[in-house]
Amino acid sequence: MDLINAVIVLLNYTIIPALTYGSQLALGAIFVTLIYGILRFANFATGDMMSFGTMFAVLLTYYFQSIGISFGFLPTALLTIPFAIFMMILYMLLIDQTVFKYYRIKKSPPVQLAMVSVGVMFVTQAVIRIIIGPTDRRFLDGEKFILKATEFKEVTGLAEGLTIKSTQMITIVVTIIVVAIMFWFLNKTKTGTSMRAYSDNEDLALLSGIDPKKVVLITWIIAGILATIGGILYGLDKSYRPFVYFNNMLPIFAAAIVGGIGNPYGAFFGGYVIAFAEIFLTYAYKRFLVYILPESLEPNSLMQLLSTDYKFAISFSILVIVLIFRPSGIFEGKRI
Amino acid sequence: MRNYLNIIVAYSIMMLLIILVGIFQSWSIALTIFNYCMISAVMTLGANIQWGYAGLINFGIMGYTALGGLAVVLVSVAPVPEAWSVGGVNMMTCLGIIIIMILSTRYILKNIQKSKKRNYLIAGIIIVGLILIKIIAGPAIEEIEAVDPAKTGFLGGLGLPVLFSWIVGGLFAAGLALIVGKVALGLRADYLAIATLLIAEIVVSIIKHEDWLARGVKNVIGLKRPAPYEIDLQTSPWFINLVEKFHSAKLDLANSLSERQDILNQLVIDASSVYVKLCFAGMFLVVVIILLIITQKALYSPWGRMMRAIRDNEEAASAMGKNVVKQHLFIFILGSAIVGIAGAMMVTNDGLFTPGSYRPMRYTFVIWVMVIVGGTGNNFGAILGGFVVWFLWVEAAPIALFFINLFTAHLPETNEIKVHLINSAPYFRFLLVGIGLLLIMRFRPQGIIPEKVIKQ
Repeated sequence: MDLINAVIVLLNYTIIPALTYGSQLALGAIFVTLIYGILRFANFATGDMMSFGTMFAVLLTYYFQSIGISFGFLPTALLTIPFAIFMMILYMLLIDQTVFKYYRIKKSPPVQLAMVSVGVMFVTQAVIRIIIGPTDRRFLDGEKFILKATEFKEVTGLAEGLTIKSTQMITIVVTIIVVAIMFWFLNKTKTGTSMRAYSDNEDLALLSGIDPKKVVLITWIIAGILATIGGILYGLDKSYRPFVYFNNMLPIFAAAIVGGIGNPYGAFFGGYVIAFAEIFLTYAYKRFLVYILPESLEPNSLMQLLSTDYKFAISFSILVIVLIFRPSGIFEGKRI
Repeated sequence: MRNYLNIIVAYSIMMLLIILVGIFQSWSIALTIFNYCMISAVMTLGANIQWGYAGLINFGIMGYTALGGLAVVLVSVAPVPEAWSVGGVNMMTCLGIIIIMILSTRYILKNIQKSKKRNYLIAGIIIVGLILIKIIAGPAIEEIEAVDPAKTGFLGGLGLPVLFSWIVGGLFAAGLALIVGKVALGLRADYLAIATLLIAEIVVSIIKHEDWLARGVKNVIGLKRPAPYEIDLQTSPWFINLVEKFHSAKLDLANSLSERQDILNQLVIDASSVYVKLCFAGMFLVVVIILLIITQKALYSPWGRMMRAIRDNEEAASAMGKNVVKQHLFIFILGSAIVGIAGAMMVTNDGLFTPGSYRPMRYTFVIWVMVIVGGTGNNFGAILGGFVVWFLWVEAAPIALFFINLFTAHLPETNEIKVHLINSAPYFRFLLVGIGLLLIMRFRPQGIIPEKVIKQ
């Protein structure tokens, strides 16, 4: 019985939150990695682009709520995803045409493109703050919990309750669907194959008649879908605040590099590595140990390896360690 | 002379803009902007050494700035004896353990062949060391933070003169740069950018959350100042006499003695703040000029030529027998040290240390915009970039307000769009700086004042 209780504690406080957070990071990391693999630059506007897409979802959710449209027990924000993605893709293509295209055609070094993306970051941040302001916004509606701790305790008769928030379930399910479709697209369709070819060797791909314009266009479309969905899922689970999205860029970068930048499988995996490391290293294990250890060995302290203040620092340290010992990432990087 | 014409024109325009602020807003604001421009200029000089001379991309400026600020606290604040007596021994022991850990790791790296055994040994040392530190420091930290937490709750500093901390700030930053450089300099440009950015985040999060060190997010206020305090000035007779002499014409217009006294009081208060800022401006100007002379000399020395050769063609320079790795590390340390000095200057100027305010937007990306806009590889350009971008950053909101009012003049006061736009005026600074960066990168990638290559 104690063992089951201990497992429930772990599930409740570490595994489920880590899976959720990892999914959100994974979507962002695949976005970073796609841009890096095909357009060949580190996009410092990542967090703000995700924020931009989410902003439309927030505004549309408010609008839908005001005219009385709802999605039953699911959050209304899910209904707004197609519209938000559409706006996001429009914005990305606009930025690409006005800003990035020039440097791509000139074949500028990646550093210059990264600096340009810093400029895009500033502009995007300004646009977001001018439109929606910097305040914290919650736009979650519908059913909050799938499984409540009290109900779980009643049904199972255990001492520990298991809570599953609906946003956690939605995040994990949506991520699995989106990522599955994307990997299918990259591996099985002709366009996906041409994208991988372009990423592996640009010159050879051009020789064999792949249209670079089409590849770039498709890349931005997929990027738009990933950025918007990742942003909305994060916003539903926590809350929407532009500054937080900018900060999220850092663990997302860490996830992409840890997995091997340019490799979407690596990025997907990297998201979970970062999330699990952050949560497992900052969780206070006292409650867990109380169940599995005999009474004489019960710990007095919280048994916390690091305080939660260092959450971000952990993912960055992992990144630094990976960069030192395996600069190409856990999976070989630079492949799509 | 002709060569320098564009520099002189650009600097004159900049000065004119600041003087205009002085005339239209107030001299106090103009001097505040000027001081911050100069601090920014020191930061851009540091970043420019790394990026312009050597092509190293350092997005960790925020971390070095924060360390410079930390140096001010650790050097100038008076020590807290109670905290030292309850936890000093333990903390010093931990410092000793860290030093032993580093030395023994170095010893192992040097004397044992690369093997699994070596990796296990190093991992063992680190794990044992961390556990020891956790056991020894844990209770000590709690006790230190319990000493009068509203006012102190930290170990305090050394109580030395604050100007000394500018040098210490540079040394701190140099020390961090040595570690970061050893770890990350082998990486490709964009990886290096990300790695330095994240390491800077780690540094700032340590400063933020280790309360025993510098009170963390509880901030340290009332730091020492190398300039007189306004309050002291307002009561000292020589200063009041000076103000009286300066404004005698205006004072003579007063009708009665009491009215004259009122005007004089107001003038003294204004003048005292201007005087303090002038003192800071003088000190900063000295730092900027010294750094400018040194960097200019270095740029046109054989060493500077070597650095540019390394930047433009690493393989060729390495084939000519130049030690690229060593030179990169050296210049990385040098540039970071200058940024550290700027960080210390900034905290001295503010008189308070607020770790929560160190954010990558303000302390990394804006500085980079300054370097790019001003002109990479040219020290005059870097300083100008610091001035121009900081001026825009501060004055963007008033400028935006002016234009919003101009374009929405026909709308009524209660119009929703107008109210919304006026409320979001502060965010136009991001727009202005971002568009500025994009335009410069597109149409003048070498910056306002481009790099000048002297042909031999």
